[in-house]
Amino acid sequence: MSIAKLARVTLSHLDWLESEAIHIMREVAGQCGNPVLLFSGGKDSICMLRVAEKAFRPGRFPFPLLHIDTGHNYREVTDFRDRRAAELGERLIVRSVEDSMARGTVVLKSADEPRNKHQSVTLLEAIEEFGFDACIGGARRDEEKARAKERIFSFRDEFGQWDPKNQRPELWDLYNARSFKGENIRVFPISNWTEIDVWQYIEREKLALPSIYFAHRRPIVRRGGGLLPVTEVTPARPGEAVETLQVRFRTVGDITCTAPVESDAEDVASIIAETAVTTITERGATRLDDQTSEASMEQRKKEGYF
Amino acid sequence: MSAIEKLPAEDIPDNGLLRFLTCGSVDDGKSTLIGRLLYDSKTILADTLHAIQRSSARRGLDIVDLSLLTDGLQAEREQGITIDVAYRYFTTGTRKYIIADAPGHEQYTRNMVTAASTADLAIILIDARKGVLTQTRRHSYVAHLLGIPHIVVAVNKMDLVDYAQETFDRIRSDYLAFANGLGIADVRFIPLSALHGDMIVERGERLPWYDGPTLFEMLEGAPAIHSEHDEKFRFPVQYVCRPQDSANPELHDYRGFMGRVESGEVHVGDRVTVLPSGLESRVRDIQVLGESLPRAVAEQSVSILLEDEIDISRGDMIVRSGELPQVGKNIDAMLCWLSESPLDPRRKYLLRHTTRDSKAMLAAIAFRVDINSMQQQPAERLLMNDIARVSFRLAQPIFADPYNESRGTGAFIIIDESTNNTVAAGMIL
Ligand SMILES: Nc1nc2c(ncn2[C@@H]2O[C@H](COP(=O)(O)OP(=O)(O)OP(=O)(O)O)[C@@H](O)[C@H]2O)c(=O)[nH]1
Ligand SMILES: [Mg+2]
Repeated sequence: MSIAKLARVTLSHLDWLESEAIHIMREVAGQCGNPVLLFSGGKDSICMLRVAEKAFRPGRFPFPLLHIDTGHNYREVTDFRDRRAAELGERLIVRSVEDSMARGTVVLKSADEPRNKHQSVTLLEAIEEFGFDACIGGARRDEEKARAKERIFSFRDEFGQWDPKNQRPELWDLYNARSFKGENIRVFPISNWTEIDVWQYIEREKLALPSIYFAHRRPIVRRGGGLLPVTEVTPARPGEAVETLQVRFRTVGDITCTAPVESDAEDVASIIAETAVTTITERGATRLDDQTSEASMEQRKKEGYF
Repeated sequence: MSAIEKLPAEDIPDNGLLRFLTCGSVDDGKSTLIGRLLYDSKTILADTLHAIQRSSARRGLDIVDLSLLTDGLQAEREQGITIDVAYRYFTTGTRKYIIADAPGHEQYTRNMVTAASTADLAIILIDARKGVLTQTRRHSYVAHLLGIPHIVVAVNKMDLVDYAQETFDRIRSDYLAFANGLGIADVRFIPLSALHGDMIVERGERLPWYDGPTLFEMLEGAPAIHSEHDEKFRFPVQYVCRPQDSANPELHDYRGFMGRVESGEVHVGDRVTVLPSGLESRVRDIQVLGESLPRAVAEQSVSILLEDEIDISRGDMIVRSGELPQVGKNIDAMLCWLSESPLDPRRKYLLRHTTRDSKAMLAAIAFRVDINSMQQQPAERLLMNDIARVSFRLAQPIFADPYNESRGTGAFIIIDESTNNTVAAGMIL
């Protein structure tokens, strides 16, 4: 049986992924009373906003945008976040880990402890404050081995916990977003996208990105086999040599745990070319907080992380 | 020109996207096979490989345990088994693959059903030393019930039977005897060793008697579509866009019916019928983000605008006039019961079909399928992992097609409203 004989109009893989994500967002809108979309200004959530435009325009988004700000974000990214929300005319809510620290609900072990994992607390507080029943997030299954196991509609109990050994069956495209008051559904419309899909989508849709995704010169120290940006919150340690290198970020999270890679890529096409031949995963190259233990992402998810 | 046709050529791999799963009995080597496929197709990046090398060493293994690539949960790594589906991705330049690694344990069959529901192709593994087991039959039956069009039976661990052709031939005839009884048509067989990599991406030198394609060649050659039927147009409405409050007066009367084409295709100007009202209209426009398309095809998410003002809401369905689905409150279906609490014939459940929910009550269990004998048995209630033919009575009508004609409008799930859990998968007959 030849393929030609069976051929019919099918979608390219990028069209298929986009269409799946639109369908998922519309299911959230149809099934949930008070959803929210997590928007950080990073590339995955930028793609999600594009998908939301395709899902809901010419109407307004049926959800506000929420950013959990650690207080340690690059200015380029938070400025971009604010600008993008304003351009879209959508409501942006920012809740800050520093406010949770002031309330005493987040307690750091030391002043320089990365705040990334503490976002869970602030997120759960925001969910409670606004009564959100669903949070749409930009996590991808190719990012990490625990994420690879998660449903697209992922149930969290009233403590925000994920129970990986007892996930709801998820059949066909018949999603179940039901929850009782206080519980929550996390929804991941771009679960099936890979890093290269994201870049190809950004290129195809001509999406604007924060400048630090592209090659730029920045002071760096080399530590533990990786590159660390030298900033106000991450100063060089005594004795470390500060170099100025041409770098870009593959992911933009909390400053204290997001590392850049050396690169000359000044546009999306060059990034795609680099990504196609890279030998290191996105998180492996850039997320200092995931490397601490074999199960750190799973652990954080059990505690209410995105 | 549609959004699809307008894409630059390099964005359209000629072979599109293929979703497949690995299934079969416990420890047959499903996770190892996927690890091997990713490893040999050079999809695993250096840091991931180092991480699993370290984990393997920590577990006292002298070779790299490739199953650690998909067994990502702590509990899975501790026990060396798969508990829930893992999704992995790779691309060959001409085709993108989404792989689902299903668990073999009977206890986790429901997770295998989750993986199977979205697959175009199933690789069913058999341990060459053990042959066809109950779980092999169960997974084959589920794959068949769920309408997976292509089935590849991979006889694995050939290294442990000296790569003997007799063993392979015997397992093949055992399997065919049972598959023919089920009506499974498109089955292909391949001998391999996931551990050593024979016949996966490389042919290796130890299986000279096998002259069929490698597993990789089978995947590259499989057509990535669900059915050959001339599909009927089905458009369940997910959401209605009415931006009346917009400052733009042109949008004052805008009504976009948003959804995804479940099957078939629709063109501007087509005459359509809206269910349940039965009212007819014509397609005035098909839009995505302000851009008009001349048509929409299966699996495409769009907004449809009609020529007439008709009251339509989520749960309604737009179809081509003259091609109506069955509209009714009684359904016959095959059901996989997935919950630890048994199906209770006295209770009301929620049935979700496309974008429509209805209360439902069991009307009858025609029979339960005994997986060992494939015999039909009478049953009073259904337990976890039971497969049965049932009928339900619904409070609201649904608009359905037989599952084997249209997955999208033939499938439903059952939700237990007391827990909100998804407790069953159903396929309309
Ligand atoms: N000798 C040999 N051993 C293999 C082969 N394939 C897998 N194994 C071993 O069989 C054991 C089980 O392999 P897994 O890949 O975890 O099996 P599985 O089918 O994924 O198991 P579940 O998901 O728990 O059902 C491991 O010890 C593998 O190393 C093979 O081709 N030859
Ligand atoms: Mg496994």
